[in-house]
Amino acid sequence: MRGLPRLEPRARTAHWMRIVSPVLAAVLTALCGLALFAALGKDPVAAFKVFFFNPVKDLYGVSELFLKATPLLLIAMGLAVGFRANVWNIGAEGQYILGAIAGAGVALAFDQRLPAVVLLPTLFIAGALGGMAWAAIPAWLRTRFNANEILVSLMLVYVAQLLVSWLVHGPWKDPQGFNFPQTRMFEAAAVLPQIVEGTRLTHTFPLAIVALAAGHLFLNRSFIGYQLQVVGLAPPAAQHAGFPIRRAIWIGLLAGGAMAGVAGVSEVAGPMGQLTEHVANHYGFAAIIVAFLGRLHPVGILFASLLMALLYLGGEQAQQYLGLPAAVAKVFQGMLLFFLLATDVLAQYRIRWGLSPLRPGER
Amino acid sequence: MAGIDLASALIAAAIFAGTPLLIVALGELITERSGVLNLGAEGMMAMGAIAGFAAAYHSGSAVLAVLAGALAGIACALIFGLLAISLLANQVACGLALSIFGVGLAAFVGKPYEALSLTAVPAWPLPVLSDIPLVGPALFQHPPIVYVSWLLLAAVIIFLHHTRAGLVLRAIGESPAVAHQSGYPVIAVRYLATIFGGAMAGVGGAFLSVFYTPLWAEGMVAGRGWIALALVVFATWRPARVLLGAYLFGGMLIAQLFVQGSGLEWDIPSQWLSALPYLTTIVVLVLISRRPELIRLNSPVSLGRVWRPDN
Repeated sequence: MRGLPRLEPRARTAHWMRIVSPVLAAVLTALCGLALFAALGKDPVAAFKVFFFNPVKDLYGVSELFLKATPLLLIAMGLAVGFRANVWNIGAEGQYILGAIAGAGVALAFDQRLPAVVLLPTLFIAGALGGMAWAAIPAWLRTRFNANEILVSLMLVYVAQLLVSWLVHGPWKDPQGFNFPQTRMFEAAAVLPQIVEGTRLTHTFPLAIVALAAGHLFLNRSFIGYQLQVVGLAPPAAQHAGFPIRRAIWIGLLAGGAMAGVAGVSEVAGPMGQLTEHVANHYGFAAIIVAFLGRLHPVGILFASLLMALLYLGGEQAQQYLGLPAAVAKVFQGMLLFFLLATDVLAQYRIRWGLSPLRPGER
Repeated sequence: MAGIDLASALIAAAIFAGTPLLIVALGELITERSGVLNLGAEGMMAMGAIAGFAAAYHSGSAVLAVLAGALAGIACALIFGLLAISLLANQVACGLALSIFGVGLAAFVGKPYEALSLTAVPAWPLPVLSDIPLVGPALFQHPPIVYVSWLLLAAVIIFLHHTRAGLVLRAIGESPAVAHQSGYPVIAVRYLATIFGGAMAGVGGAFLSVFYTPLWAEGMVAGRGWIALALVVFATWRPARVLLGAYLFGGMLIAQLFVQGSGLEWDIPSQWLSALPYLTTIVVLVLISRRPELIRLNSPVSLGRVWRPDN
């Protein structure tokens, strides 16, 4: 490829690019958004404002942003543990659903009998266990039979969706619900209280921030976190050093499952107050993007989850005020990941223009 | 006699349901044999489905629909190729991004086409063959695209194992560095293989929306792209085995018909039956993967690894 731009490896990874490239990806996505709005015959600037500024123009909007960001950052933090170890858990969506199912099951069984102070922590434990159980399947099949965790965890997303659909159409359907596929509303004891008057914010947002801090300590300050990283970056070296790869797979998947399960509970016991088939809302997939965009780092994940939450809210606004399909948010999500992958190249390679050196043996 | 009629009807339905999986998996097999792991099949199928549906809706032509599906799949594959082949990004992440993006974009552009429907493409019974009892109705009374999928299988087998170009493709999948040193255009071949995979995924998507359902709905691909990826592993990267797997999964996809047809008064919730293909995928993956020698012998050595020429 003479005369064309070439990629030349940098002697050292450019660390500043690791911070610049997510920002660059967000800017490029926004520019593409402008172009997309213009192509659809909307005034791009006005549409841009509807999408990116309307959702957060008042305090209530900002509180909704934090509300949406909560499940995303919980799931992304859990996924980051696995991704560090190169464990590709793509099934957080399913683990989230199982967490929601487990939490809803406990809520429906005990919300008339137990006080909130006992019930709410139980819900979260049940949710974490539900998510972990679902994640344990790919972990076991991978460590025991070497089955690819990407495909197994993903197949289980579809199974989880069908499971929740069966529950709310069948055994758990609200008898007084006019045949809607949903459970009854939980009693107050199983619903997280609001922490700020006039908003829907619950304790899960501060809890998620604590989880980020804990995740940081675990990943960057503990020996197991260090082992995970070595397993991810250099499996042969890890093997040589005697770091157990199987354990890394288990930890990676279970951490993702637990956090996704907790996120599921935070939704059913939070803003929803019941279980429906639409509980998942694509959070499990969006969180994968959040984890990458946040560089698998807690602080990065916090910012990335806020950006992703803005895309969710912007999508709702665009549907309401611009008449665009809600899927526009997913288009932006996908674009964001594309641009991130493209800009990340610059962290490891520099672009050279012009002639490449001759190959050995060529004249 | 009724039992035989039912059996051939069910086999026909399984073949019909398995055809998109066959087409998509054959495309992915070629891509993977060149060393490129494109996990974006689900997204490419979704784009193929909406492009095919729109083309069929506006033109009324099933042939144009298939072409439109292929073009949409190729466009997606080119985005993937740019990132994963030219810009050396992680292939797993790129494929995932393509799946999310493709499914989202298809839902976005497909909104106006929801709730519309097409007239079904009529079957072309093959003369003489279709009159054979049992076999005829099961195998030879399909729309032409089913027969084309058999030709595609034959073409892939011949290409891969009986042509020089196929040998080059496999060599690149085994060791791009050696192939490069021998003067073969690694990047170009990998692009072509990725494009072929995209085209087939797009055709598979168009099959769903134009021949199978025939309508467009968000989420209609429903994991078939991922199942096709699993199918390639199940087939241990051998095209003939893809056929077997595709029809097996086709059978799982029509499990509901099967239960209704069996005449048994089973009260199985529809969701449980719908979960069968996904659960089967897991079981099949486990059965194949537990024998590491099978995977190691057959999977392309450089699969999924970033490669760039040293100079």
